[in-house]
Amino acid sequence: MSGCQGCSAAPVVELPASLTGKRSGPVALIGPPNSGKTTLFNRLTGLRQKVANFPGVTVERHTGIAELDDGREVPLIDLPGLYSLAPRSEDEQIAYDVLTGQRGDTGKPQAVLLVLDSTNLARHLMLAAPILALGIPTLIILNMADDLRKRGGQVDVAALSAELGAPVALISARQGEGLEQVFRFLAGALPKPAPKELPILQDVPKCRQWAGRVGNQARYRAPAPPKWTRRLDAVFLHPLAGPLVFLGVVILVFQTIFSIADPAKDVVDRLIHISGNWVASVLPDSLFRSLLLDGVWNGVGSVVVFLPQVLLLFLFIGILEDSGYLARAALIADRTMARVGLQGKSFIPLLSAYACAVPAIMATRTIENKRDRMATILIAPFMTCSARLPVYTLIIAAFIPNHPVLGSVLGTRALAMLGLYALGFMAAVGTARVLKSSVLKSGRAPFLLEMPSYRWPTLQSLGLRLLDRSAVFLRRAGTVILLVMVVLWIMAHLPLTNGHAPAIEHSLAGTLGRTIEPAIKPLGLNWKIGIGLITSLAARETIVATLGSIYGMDPESNQLGLQTALQHELSFGGAVALLVFFAFAMQCISTIAVVRRETGGWKWPALQFTYMGVLAYIGSFVAFHVLR
Amino acid sequence: MLQLNGNKTPFEMLPTLVELNYGDAAVLDSIDLPAEEARRLMELGFLPGARVTAGRTAPGGDPRVFQVDGSEIALRRETARHLTVRVEKRRRKS
Repeated sequence: MSGCQGCSAAPVVELPASLTGKRSGPVALIGPPNSGKTTLFNRLTGLRQKVANFPGVTVERHTGIAELDDGREVPLIDLPGLYSLAPRSEDEQIAYDVLTGQRGDTGKPQAVLLVLDSTNLARHLMLAAPILALGIPTLIILNMADDLRKRGGQVDVAALSAELGAPVALISARQGEGLEQVFRFLAGALPKPAPKELPILQDVPKCRQWAGRVGNQARYRAPAPPKWTRRLDAVFLHPLAGPLVFLGVVILVFQTIFSIADPAKDVVDRLIHISGNWVASVLPDSLFRSLLLDGVWNGVGSVVVFLPQVLLLFLFIGILEDSGYLARAALIADRTMARVGLQGKSFIPLLSAYACAVPAIMATRTIENKRDRMATILIAPFMTCSARLPVYTLIIAAFIPNHPVLGSVLGTRALAMLGLYALGFMAAVGTARVLKSSVLKSGRAPFLLEMPSYRWPTLQSLGLRLLDRSAVFLRRAGTVILLVMVVLWIMAHLPLTNGHAPAIEHSLAGTLGRTIEPAIKPLGLNWKIGIGLITSLAARETIVATLGSIYGMDPESNQLGLQTALQHELSFGGAVALLVFFAFAMQCISTIAVVRRETGGWKWPALQFTYMGVLAYIGSFVAFHVLR
Repeated sequence: MLQLNGNKTPFEMLPTLVELNYGDAAVLDSIDLPAEEARRLMELGFLPGARVTAGRTAPGGDPRVFQVDGSEIALRRETARHLTVRVEKRRRKS
């Protein structure tokens, strides 16, 4: 049994005035997975949020600021989802520590927003007792009110509030319905019922019984099963139609990356071209002008051009995730995962590795089994991340003519792209199989995956994702890639002879490229590509910037576009070899750094880098010699 | 091992969740898994006495989705075979 919480007779929830002050702890959002916590967080904070890690551990921490009507600002923190307060995995431990004030970096929460799914209230109420027992002012939010109503369910909010001794708000975060109650709570203006002592039951069956009783007291009527979800699952989980839809979705994604995104890319390309010409015309001929044009416009600009492609990919991922289809895709793919010895929990990190390996490797924290986690970390960089997209798109567009394969549904270019994604996936699966049957063998953990109901993705949530991704993409272009470009430009202009820069071939950069040329000649690659391979160790897409910059500086090719210049440089076999190299090699400093941090040493990242490098070399060697 | 038996006689062999086909309904009897794993399942609604309906599966029949306590949870066959049930209703074959 717990002590009673805040036994004051005050009529309103007393939030300390310091709630809005700078030094106070945040308001924590907590709730089971799939309860719509993040949607609510986005609603409350809008664009005023940021993602960081908890110091010392790599569990993502979403913080933001909600602005009240009177202009006061309340810091919010979105915690990882949990089913109970008995922490088992790393992210649950974090949520627990934050709530109990054991993490010095956030401060003990001043208040809690407990988000529950109103369509599944009886089960979700199990979390209410332990959270309320923490003694922090808590608003119980019953989310998805629109769904509850539509499916004929109902709940008496006042009765539930009296039963739990805490204020309750029935809202729909997706529709923005009832949010004013949340804001009133944050402003400390929501009436508070008399507090009640709630039983803390460690025993799950008893806890569920208690939750059921409370639900009955609040006249909770569970909604009818989601009709549309059942209907859609009849198709998406059909033994035959299911996999076909899965394949269709994948094809659609790749085809649009080439068809719809291309005009958008041309527009960005033209904008960069026009602005570059303008810069060239206003600045006097100087070294600085040359640095700006060759490094920034030709270099960084060639990467920025691919923003539409990357955004389109994230738009698709966003739609699939928000609609609930991703959970079905995880289900369909589970057999493959099981066959290579990985557990279902590895699927979500691997899927997010299609965006970027860094958050994917962080997401492996949810895997309790250490060996499974290690195997997932080691194979994640094989999944085709969005940094490979500019490289693939550029080379494919330069070397593969676009012919229809399946009418207008699938073209040769989209097919080539699909092949590269499949190649990375097979490398990951093959590696997992080897690891799991040798050094990382372990017993299997149970696979539990909740299938959420299907929902329409909202424009707001998709828009926020795209803004976020644009910021990440442009920040990389403006920091890492820009820095590499400046260094490259300097190296391409040294050593000075009689005050003049040498021809690129004889510059420091050229010498570096020609030094490694003997090693990459067997792959059909020359020293210019060699420079790109070296710079792409920082980040994969840097090779595009590098080639853009080098060809721009070279008088022989500076009038040609990047694509045409590439066609002069590479044979078809060499181009394919280069693609294969990028599919396998671990060219990413951020990934190496995060693997080192996650595995606690240099051993695993060194092994991984070597293994992927050797595989890349052999793969492209074979590709070049077969296609020569 | 966590023993969560209902009124089971020691030698009675009950069917498991694996033996349910699409549309079959059953009442969960016991979970024969280590305490931690059993607790996880129970938090998701797989409590002894709870009504479970078998839903659709991934291609190849594994894993299968189960409707339990208002939600739909997918379990692999290797987990489902540790959950014994008393079958309530077989879906009529059409």
